[in-house]
Amino acid sequence: MHELGIVFHMIDTLTEVAQDNGLTSVSRVTLDLGEVSGVLPDYLKDCWRWAADRTELLRGAELDVCQIDAVTVCNDCGRTYATLQHGKTCPHCASENTVLLRGLEIEIREIEGR
Amino acid sequence: MDQVRVIEVKKSVFASNDRAADDLRAELRRRGTYLLNLMSSPGSGKTTTLERTIEALADELRIAVMEADIDSDVDTRRVLAKGVRAIQLHTGGMCHLDAGMTRQGIDELGDADAELVFLENVGNLVCPAEFDTGASANAMILSVPEGDDKPLKYPLMFQVCDVVLVNKMDVAPYFDFDLDRLRANVARRNPQARVIPICAKTGEGMDEWYAWLRDEVRAWQA
Repeated sequence: MHELGIVFHMIDTLTEVAQDNGLTSVSRVTLDLGEVSGVLPDYLKDCWRWAADRTELLRGAELDVCQIDAVTVCNDCGRTYATLQHGKTCPHCASENTVLLRGLEIEIREIEGR
Repeated sequence: MDQVRVIEVKKSVFASNDRAADDLRAELRRRGTYLLNLMSSPGSGKTTTLERTIEALADELRIAVMEADIDSDVDTRRVLAKGVRAIQLHTGGMCHLDAGMTRQGIDELGDADAELVFLENVGNLVCPAEFDTGASANAMILSVPEGDDKPLKYPLMFQVCDVVLVNKMDVAPYFDFDLDRLRANVARRNPQARVIPICAKTGEGMDEWYAWLRDEVRAWQA
Protein backbone atom coordinates (compact mmCIF):
# COMPACT_ATOMS: atom_id res chain seq x y z
CA MET A 1 0.00 0.00 0.00
CA HIS A 2 2.71 2.41 1.05
CA GLU A 3 4.94 1.66 -1.94
CA LEU A 4 2.05 2.16 -4.34
CA GLY A 5 1.54 5.71 -3.03
CA ILE A 6 5.24 6.39 -3.59
CA VAL A 7 4.95 5.06 -7.16
CA PHE A 8 2.01 7.36 -7.92
CA HIS A 9 4.12 10.34 -6.80
CA MET A 10 7.04 9.11 -8.90
CA ILE A 11 4.79 8.96 -11.94
CA ASP A 12 3.58 12.53 -11.31
CA THR A 13 7.16 13.78 -11.08
CA LEU A 14 8.30 11.78 -14.14
CA THR A 15 5.40 13.11 -16.21
CA GLU A 16 6.52 16.67 -15.41
CA VAL A 17 10.16 15.93 -16.19
CA ALA A 18 9.24 14.25 -19.49
CA GLN A 19 7.13 17.23 -20.52
CA ASP A 20 9.88 19.69 -19.62
CA ASN A 21 12.38 17.72 -21.72
CA GLY A 22 10.15 16.82 -24.66
CA LEU A 23 10.22 13.06 -24.03
CA THR A 24 7.27 10.93 -25.15
CA SER A 25 8.56 7.57 -23.98
CA VAL A 26 10.76 6.62 -21.02
CA SER A 27 12.65 3.31 -21.05
CA ARG A 28 14.61 3.45 -17.79
CA VAL A 29 14.32 5.22 -14.44
CA THR A 30 17.10 5.24 -11.85
CA LEU A 31 16.02 5.83 -8.27
CA ASP A 32 18.25 6.55 -5.26
CA LEU A 33 16.66 4.88 -2.26
CA GLY A 34 17.89 5.52 1.27
CA GLU A 35 18.42 2.56 3.56
CA VAL A 36 16.11 4.05 6.21
CA SER A 37 13.56 5.57 3.83
CA GLY A 38 11.02 2.94 4.87
CA VAL A 39 10.51 1.81 1.28
CA LEU A 40 11.10 -1.83 0.35
CA PRO A 41 12.73 -2.17 -3.10
CA ASP A 42 10.95 -5.42 -4.03
CA TYR A 43 7.50 -4.08 -3.20
CA LEU A 44 8.35 -0.84 -4.94
CA LYS A 45 9.33 -2.68 -8.12
CA ASP A 46 6.11 -4.73 -8.10
CA CYS A 47 4.02 -1.59 -7.67
CA TRP A 48 6.08 0.17 -10.34
CA ARG A 49 5.41 -2.59 -12.91
CA TRP A 50 1.70 -2.50 -12.21
CA ALA A 51 1.31 1.28 -12.31
CA ALA A 52 3.91 2.22 -14.95
CA ASP A 53 2.42 -0.16 -17.52
CA ARG A 54 -0.87 1.66 -17.20
CA THR A 55 0.64 4.88 -18.57
CA GLU A 56 1.53 5.75 -22.13
CA LEU A 57 4.79 7.42 -21.11
CA LEU A 58 6.21 4.67 -18.88
CA ARG A 59 4.92 1.44 -20.40
CA GLY A 60 7.65 -1.21 -20.12
CA ALA A 61 10.09 1.20 -18.45
CA GLU A 62 12.67 -0.47 -16.18
CA LEU A 63 13.14 0.73 -12.63
CA ASP A 64 16.71 0.57 -11.29
CA VAL A 65 16.97 1.04 -7.54
CA CYS A 66 20.31 2.16 -6.04
CA GLN A 67 20.52 1.80 -2.28
CA ILE A 68 22.03 4.71 -0.36
CA ASP A 69 23.57 3.53 2.93
CA ALA A 70 22.37 5.44 5.97
CA VAL A 71 25.06 7.48 7.74
CA THR A 72 24.75 9.53 10.94
CA VAL A 73 27.16 12.20 12.19
CA CYS A 74 27.84 12.86 15.88
CA ASN A 75 27.80 16.54 16.82
CA ASP A 76 29.95 15.92 19.91
CA CYS A 77 32.88 13.90 18.56
CA GLY A 78 32.44 14.80 14.88
CA ARG A 79 32.72 11.22 13.65
CA THR A 80 30.24 9.37 11.44
CA TYR A 81 28.81 5.88 11.79
CA ALA A 82 26.39 3.40 10.18
CA THR A 83 22.87 4.35 11.27
CA LEU A 84 21.32 0.93 10.87
CA GLN A 85 23.61 -0.72 13.44
CA HIS A 86 23.79 2.05 16.03
CA GLY A 87 20.63 4.16 15.64
CA LYS A 88 20.59 7.47 17.49
CA THR A 89 23.51 6.72 19.84
CA CYS A 90 27.09 7.40 18.67
CA PRO A 91 29.19 4.18 18.98
CA HIS A 92 32.38 6.26 19.39
CA CYS A 93 31.42 8.49 22.34
CA ALA A 94 27.89 7.36 23.37
CA SER A 95 26.43 10.82 22.67
CA GLU A 96 22.83 11.13 21.48
CA ASN A 97 23.47 14.53 19.94
CA THR A 98 23.51 13.00 16.47
CA VAL A 99 22.01 13.86 13.08
CA LEU A 100 21.18 11.64 10.12
CA LEU A 101 23.36 12.69 7.17
CA ARG A 102 21.86 10.48 4.51
CA GLY A 103 19.64 7.44 4.12
CA LEU A 104 16.16 8.99 3.83
CA GLU A 105 16.38 9.69 0.07
CA ILE A 106 13.65 8.68 -2.32
CA GLU A 107 15.08 10.56 -5.27
CA ILE A 108 14.88 10.10 -9.01
CA ARG A 109 18.49 10.26 -10.18
CA GLU A 110 18.07 10.05 -13.94
CA ILE A 111 15.82 8.84 -16.71
CA GLU A 112 16.44 7.46 -20.16
CA GLY A 113 13.98 8.00 -22.99
CA ARG A 114 13.20 9.55 -26.31
CA MET B 1 13.97 8.19 -35.08
CA ASP B 2 14.85 10.31 -32.06
CA GLN B 3 18.01 9.49 -30.16
CA VAL B 4 17.67 7.93 -26.74
CA ARG B 5 18.65 10.57 -24.20
CA VAL B 6 19.68 10.32 -20.57
CA ILE B 7 18.41 13.16 -18.44
CA GLU B 8 19.72 13.90 -14.97
CA VAL B 9 16.74 14.55 -12.73
CA LYS B 10 17.91 14.55 -9.08
CA LYS B 11 14.43 15.24 -7.78
CA SER B 12 12.80 13.93 -4.64
CA VAL B 13 9.75 11.82 -5.33
CA PHE B 14 7.96 14.09 -2.86
CA ALA B 15 8.83 17.27 -4.81
CA SER B 16 5.50 17.58 -6.62
CA ASN B 17 3.58 16.79 -3.43
CA ASP B 18 5.60 19.33 -1.43
CA ARG B 19 4.82 22.00 -4.01
CA ALA B 20 1.10 21.19 -4.00
CA ALA B 21 1.17 21.28 -0.19
CA ASP B 22 2.83 24.73 -0.12
CA ASP B 23 0.24 26.08 -2.58
CA LEU B 24 -2.63 24.77 -0.49
CA ARG B 25 -1.12 26.18 2.72
CA ALA B 26 -0.72 29.63 1.14
CA GLU B 27 -4.33 29.60 -0.04
CA LEU B 28 -5.62 28.54 3.39
CA ARG B 29 -3.65 31.35 5.00
CA ARG B 30 -5.21 33.92 2.65
CA ARG B 31 -8.65 32.62 3.59
CA GLY B 32 -7.88 32.53 7.30
CA THR B 33 -8.59 28.81 7.51
CA TYR B 34 -6.36 26.91 9.94
CA LEU B 35 -6.03 23.26 8.91
CA LEU B 36 -4.80 20.79 11.52
CA ASN B 37 -3.57 17.40 10.33
CA LEU B 38 -4.44 14.96 13.11
CA MET B 39 -2.57 11.65 13.08
CA SER B 40 -2.44 8.60 15.34
CA SER B 41 -2.70 4.84 15.55
CA PRO B 42 -6.15 3.29 15.19
CA GLY B 43 -7.97 3.33 18.51
CA SER B 44 -6.07 6.19 20.15
CA GLY B 45 -9.23 8.23 20.58
CA LYS B 46 -9.02 10.66 17.64
CA THR B 47 -12.74 10.84 17.04
CA THR B 48 -13.66 11.11 20.73
CA THR B 49 -11.09 13.89 21.15
CA LEU B 50 -12.60 15.67 18.13
CA GLU B 51 -16.12 15.33 19.50
CA ARG B 52 -15.12 16.94 22.81
CA THR B 53 -13.14 19.66 21.05
CA ILE B 54 -16.07 20.55 18.80
CA GLU B 55 -18.42 20.74 21.83
CA ALA B 56 -16.01 23.10 23.56
CA LEU B 57 -15.09 25.41 20.67
CA ALA B 58 -18.03 25.39 18.24
CA ASP B 59 -19.52 28.57 19.77
CA GLU B 60 -16.38 30.62 19.21
CA LEU B 61 -14.89 29.14 16.02
CA ARG B 62 -16.40 27.97 12.76
CA ILE B 63 -15.26 24.33 12.62
CA ALA B 64 -15.33 21.70 9.87
CA VAL B 65 -13.95 18.16 9.73
CA MET B 66 -12.52 15.95 6.99
CA GLU B 67 -12.39 12.28 7.92
CA ALA B 68 -10.02 10.07 5.96
CA ASP B 69 -10.51 6.35 6.00
CA ILE B 70 -9.66 3.51 3.72
CA ASP B 71 -13.37 2.72 3.66
CA SER B 72 -16.51 3.40 5.78
CA ASP B 73 -18.09 6.57 7.18
CA VAL B 74 -18.43 5.56 10.82
CA ASP B 75 -16.35 8.51 12.08
CA THR B 76 -18.08 11.07 9.88
CA ARG B 77 -21.48 10.12 11.28
CA ARG B 78 -20.20 10.66 14.81
CA VAL B 79 -18.81 14.09 13.97
CA LEU B 80 -21.91 15.16 12.00
CA ALA B 81 -23.96 14.38 15.09
CA LYS B 82 -22.10 17.28 16.75
CA GLY B 83 -23.60 19.73 14.28
CA VAL B 84 -20.53 20.79 12.29
CA ARG B 85 -19.83 20.39 8.59
CA ALA B 86 -18.01 17.12 7.92
CA ILE B 87 -17.07 15.11 4.86
CA GLN B 88 -15.61 11.70 4.30
CA LEU B 89 -12.50 11.13 2.20
CA HIS B 90 -11.92 7.60 1.03
CA THR B 91 -8.31 6.89 0.22
CA GLY B 92 -9.26 3.75 -1.73
CA GLY B 93 -6.80 1.50 0.05
CA MET B 94 -3.96 4.01 0.36
CA CYS B 95 -2.39 4.25 3.79
CA HIS B 96 -2.06 8.05 3.94
CA LEU B 97 -3.36 11.34 2.57
CA ASP B 98 -1.31 13.55 0.27
CA ALA B 99 -1.69 17.20 -0.67
CA GLY B 100 -3.78 16.41 -3.75
CA MET B 101 -6.34 14.43 -1.76
CA THR B 102 -6.43 17.11 0.94
CA ARG B 103 -7.06 19.77 -1.73
CA GLN B 104 -9.98 17.74 -3.09
CA GLY B 105 -11.37 17.50 0.43
CA ILE B 106 -11.08 21.26 1.02
CA ASP B 107 -12.82 21.93 -2.31
CA GLU B 108 -15.59 19.46 -1.52
CA LEU B 109 -16.04 20.98 1.92
CA GLY B 110 -16.72 24.22 0.09
CA ASP B 111 -16.64 26.36 3.22
CA ALA B 112 -14.47 29.39 2.58
CA ASP B 113 -15.41 30.85 5.99
CA ALA B 114 -14.25 27.86 8.05
CA GLU B 115 -11.72 28.99 10.66
CA LEU B 116 -10.62 25.62 12.02
CA VAL B 117 -10.61 22.47 9.89
CA PHE B 118 -9.53 19.13 11.31
CA LEU B 119 -8.13 16.58 8.92
CA GLU B 120 -8.42 13.18 10.57
CA ASN B 121 -5.70 11.25 8.77
CA VAL B 122 -5.65 7.48 8.27
CA GLY B 123 -4.83 5.64 11.52
CA ASN B 124 -1.14 4.81 11.03
CA LEU B 125 2.12 6.15 12.51
CA VAL B 126 4.29 5.61 9.43
CA CYS B 127 3.25 6.96 6.03
CA PRO B 128 1.06 9.89 7.08
CA ALA B 129 4.24 11.46 8.50
CA GLU B 130 6.00 11.29 5.12
CA PHE B 131 3.47 13.18 3.05
CA ASP B 132 2.95 16.89 3.59
CA THR B 133 -0.83 17.41 3.38
CA GLY B 134 -0.65 21.20 3.14
CA ALA B 135 -1.93 21.57 6.69
CA SER B 136 -1.05 24.57 8.89
CA ALA B 137 0.27 22.25 11.59
CA ASN B 138 0.55 18.59 12.54
CA ALA B 139 -0.83 17.02 15.68
CA MET B 140 -0.72 13.47 16.88
CA ILE B 141 -2.52 11.57 19.58
CA LEU B 142 -0.66 8.89 21.47
CA SER B 143 -2.79 6.90 23.90
CA VAL B 144 -1.39 5.53 27.14
CA PRO B 145 -1.87 1.81 26.29
CA GLU B 146 0.39 2.23 23.24
CA GLY B 147 3.38 2.82 25.51
CA ASP B 148 5.93 5.57 26.15
CA ASP B 149 8.48 4.10 23.73
CA LYS B 150 6.61 5.04 20.54
CA PRO B 151 8.79 8.09 19.75
CA LEU B 152 11.74 5.70 19.48
CA LYS B 153 9.90 3.32 17.16
CA TYR B 154 8.23 5.92 14.93
CA PRO B 155 10.73 8.79 14.98
CA LEU B 156 9.53 10.59 11.85
CA MET B 157 5.96 10.93 13.17
CA PHE B 158 7.25 12.69 16.29
CA GLN B 159 9.65 14.84 14.27
CA VAL B 160 6.91 16.33 12.11
CA CYS B 161 4.43 17.01 14.94
CA ASP B 162 3.92 20.43 16.53
CA VAL B 163 1.84 19.00 19.34
CA VAL B 164 1.53 15.52 20.89
CA LEU B 165 -1.65 14.80 22.85
CA VAL B 166 -1.20 11.95 25.32
CA ASN B 167 -4.71 10.54 25.61
CA LYS B 168 -6.39 8.15 28.07
CA MET B 169 -4.40 9.47 31.03
CA ASP B 170 -7.15 8.08 33.28
CA VAL B 171 -5.90 4.52 32.72
CA ALA B 172 -2.20 5.34 33.25
CA PRO B 173 -2.08 3.60 36.69
CA TYR B 174 -2.96 0.29 35.02
CA PHE B 175 -0.21 0.45 32.40
CA ASP B 176 3.55 0.56 32.53
CA PHE B 177 3.50 4.10 31.17
CA ASP B 178 5.81 6.84 32.39
CA LEU B 179 4.89 10.37 31.30
CA ASP B 180 8.35 11.75 32.08
CA ARG B 181 9.96 9.02 30.00
CA LEU B 182 7.59 9.83 27.15
CA ARG B 183 8.46 13.54 27.36
CA ALA B 184 12.16 12.66 27.24
CA ASN B 185 11.64 10.36 24.26
CA VAL B 186 9.68 13.02 22.37
CA ALA B 187 12.31 15.66 23.20
CA ARG B 188 15.07 13.44 21.78
CA ARG B 189 13.32 13.46 18.42
CA ASN B 190 11.75 16.90 18.46
CA PRO B 191 12.63 19.39 21.23
CA GLN B 192 10.05 21.87 19.87
CA ALA B 193 7.03 19.56 20.17
CA ARG B 194 4.49 20.51 22.83
CA VAL B 195 3.29 17.53 24.89
CA ILE B 196 -0.19 17.83 26.43
CA PRO B 197 -1.53 14.97 28.61
CA ILE B 198 -5.31 14.68 28.26
CA CYS B 199 -8.25 12.41 28.78
CA ALA B 200 -10.94 13.05 26.19
CA LYS B 201 -13.39 10.97 28.19
CA THR B 202 -13.07 12.74 31.56
CA GLY B 203 -12.01 16.14 30.21
CA GLU B 204 -8.66 16.15 32.05
CA GLY B 205 -6.11 18.44 30.40
CA MET B 206 -8.48 19.46 27.62
CA ASP B 207 -8.39 23.16 28.55
CA GLU B 208 -4.67 23.31 27.79
CA TRP B 209 -5.36 21.72 24.38
CA TYR B 210 -8.16 24.21 23.62
CA ALA B 211 -5.90 27.11 24.61
CA TRP B 212 -3.19 25.79 22.28
CA LEU B 213 -5.71 25.56 19.42
CA ARG B 214 -7.09 29.07 20.02
CA ASP B 215 -3.58 30.55 19.99
CA GLU B 216 -2.72 28.69 16.80
CA VAL B 217 -5.85 29.80 14.94
CA ARG B 218 -5.36 33.43 16.07
CA ALA B 219 -1.72 33.43 14.98
CA TRP B 220 -2.66 31.91 11.61
CA GLN B 221 -5.29 34.58 10.97
CA ALA B 222 -3.12 37.49 12.16
